[in-house]
Amino acid sequence: MTAGSGSAGAVPAVDVHSVGRVFAGRRGASVIALDGVSLTVAPGEFVSLIGPSGCGKSTLLRLIADLDVPTSGNIRVFGKPARQARIDQDYGIAFQQAGLLPWRTVAGNIELPLELHGVDRAGRRARGAELIDLVGLSEFAGHYPDQLSGGMQQRVAIARSLAERPSLLLMDEPFGALDEMTRERMQNELVRICAETAAAVVFVTHSIPEAVFLSNRVVVMSPRPGRIRSIVPVGLGDVTTRGEGLREDADFFRSLSTVRDLLHADEHGDPSGDDRPGPGLPRGVETR
Amino acid sequence: MSTAASPRRARPLQAVLAPIVLGLIVVLAWQGAVLAFAIKPFILPAPFTIGAQFAGNLQSVVAGMTVTGRNALVGLLLGVVIGVLLAIVSALVRVFDAMAAPIVSAIAVVPIVALAPVLYTMFGAGAETARQLVAALAVFVPVYFNTLKGLRQVRPVHRDLMRSYAASSWQATRAVTLPTALPFVFTGLRIASSLAVISALIAEYFGGPVGGLGKSITSAAASSNYGLAWAYVLGSVILGLVFYGGSLGLERLALRRT
Ligand SMILES: Nc1ncnc2c1ncn2[C@@H]1O[C@H](COP(=O)(O)OP(=O)(O)O)[C@@H](O)[C@H]1O
Ligand SMILES: [Mg+2]
Repeated sequence: MTAGSGSAGAVPAVDVHSVGRVFAGRRGASVIALDGVSLTVAPGEFVSLIGPSGCGKSTLLRLIADLDVPTSGNIRVFGKPARQARIDQDYGIAFQQAGLLPWRTVAGNIELPLELHGVDRAGRRARGAELIDLVGLSEFAGHYPDQLSGGMQQRVAIARSLAERPSLLLMDEPFGALDEMTRERMQNELVRICAETAAAVVFVTHSIPEAVFLSNRVVVMSPRPGRIRSIVPVGLGDVTTRGEGLREDADFFRSLSTVRDLLHADEHGDPSGDDRPGPGLPRGVETR
Repeated sequence: MSTAASPRRARPLQAVLAPIVLGLIVVLAWQGAVLAFAIKPFILPAPFTIGAQFAGNLQSVVAGMTVTGRNALVGLLLGVVIGVLLAIVSALVRVFDAMAAPIVSAIAVVPIVALAPVLYTMFGAGAETARQLVAALAVFVPVYFNTLKGLRQVRPVHRDLMRSYAASSWQATRAVTLPTALPFVFTGLRIASSLAVISALIAEYFGGPVGGLGKSITSAAASSNYGLAWAYVLGSVILGLVFYGGSLGLERLALRRT
């Protein structure tokens, strides 16, 4: 379909088909969190969801994770219903809050999913140590979450999401609470981790540079009701080979301003927010 | 870590020292007042008299503490186990919660020792069972409410996590719900530990075999042996403190992680 998509015929990692989600509000008032959203993510592809807060990014991610159920439409993950994919542990997930268990050590937190799924003690130890290494926290394996900085906690959460080598990673603003320095370092680490695991990623963010730096495609969403405004393919080559130098690249800035223009379309008096490409849209932008 | 812990470690010493100093001042003022105003012993005996009676009758005071203490302990264990188990069931099964809520609320407002006479007739006045049940019922209430409250503290992000792991309801309970609730359970236990002693002791006033602190206090007072009566009261205070201290120690031990 676009650059970065897998070969035709391969089962997509995520297939969201005209999904809607309506939340019943108080006294009959209801919120249309998502309306007619369709999105396909190829295996190994990195897709970011970006948009103003309240446009349904988290809701979409939760639907893919089967933490919530769509009001209309349907979602398949690796060709299965989302619920089956969750039961089969096809994805790993990381939230904006690290969500670590405060009474467990770093190692204990990372090994939690393995423990729940019956991996034996030796297997847990080995995999746990491997993951702790991967996120650079070897010296902190025995520490408790409240002894770690926010960035370190988030790294533990990411290690935990990788524990069972999922072929799909769902991440909801995992770096949202971090300072800019830590954030860029974590982004570089995530690129490295993706290169090592070859997982598809659906990544929610409200940072334009973050979305562009990490993604094969950036999905720009608009609020009330939550819709996909357009999908921007980022022509920066293979995500897994991206390095620090890319942040200075001219193509990087071009994609940056494309996404920015799309996000700010409303403020420029652009009536889009529906599915038509607005007159002010830059060329080369895929719209739906 | 050690630097963070040291101010916390300094506090218990202060916490122990301050009341001891205050206690000493009160005891001395009390002794002084009894001497200065020549207060009759049946109104208020001097603390040194009570101390002498306590030391002189140590064996029977300790025997009384053992009897009452055992009843309180049996009641405490029974009440805690039932309270925690029922709270878990209430947290898991909404219907059960709806059924149990009015009953437990009713138990909470009934002065439980009032049941003692009825229970003595049910289980026989020669047995300690009635007292243990009174203590258990008194314990059950705060343990049940605190545990249930604790079981409802699970953070949404943890609930999502467990769902994403397709964890069974029992797995989620063990991995997240119970550890989250644990501090609340211990708060309930701390309240319950004092209640257990008080209830077991007061239940003795309503009948049953002799030997416990409650019976000993009434019989000493009835024979105008006021110093001895107060010595048993002192024994009750100590027993209460032992229970409270025990539950506090258990809490520290269980919630200590580093
Ligand atoms: N559980 C819920 N109940 C009611 N409304 C909800 C719920 N979750 C999200 N919403 C509403 O749906 C809309 C989209 O929310 P969300 O997906 O969290 O947005 P985003 O993550 O993009 O900031 C918001 O208007 C929000 O108030
Ligand atoms: Mg969100």
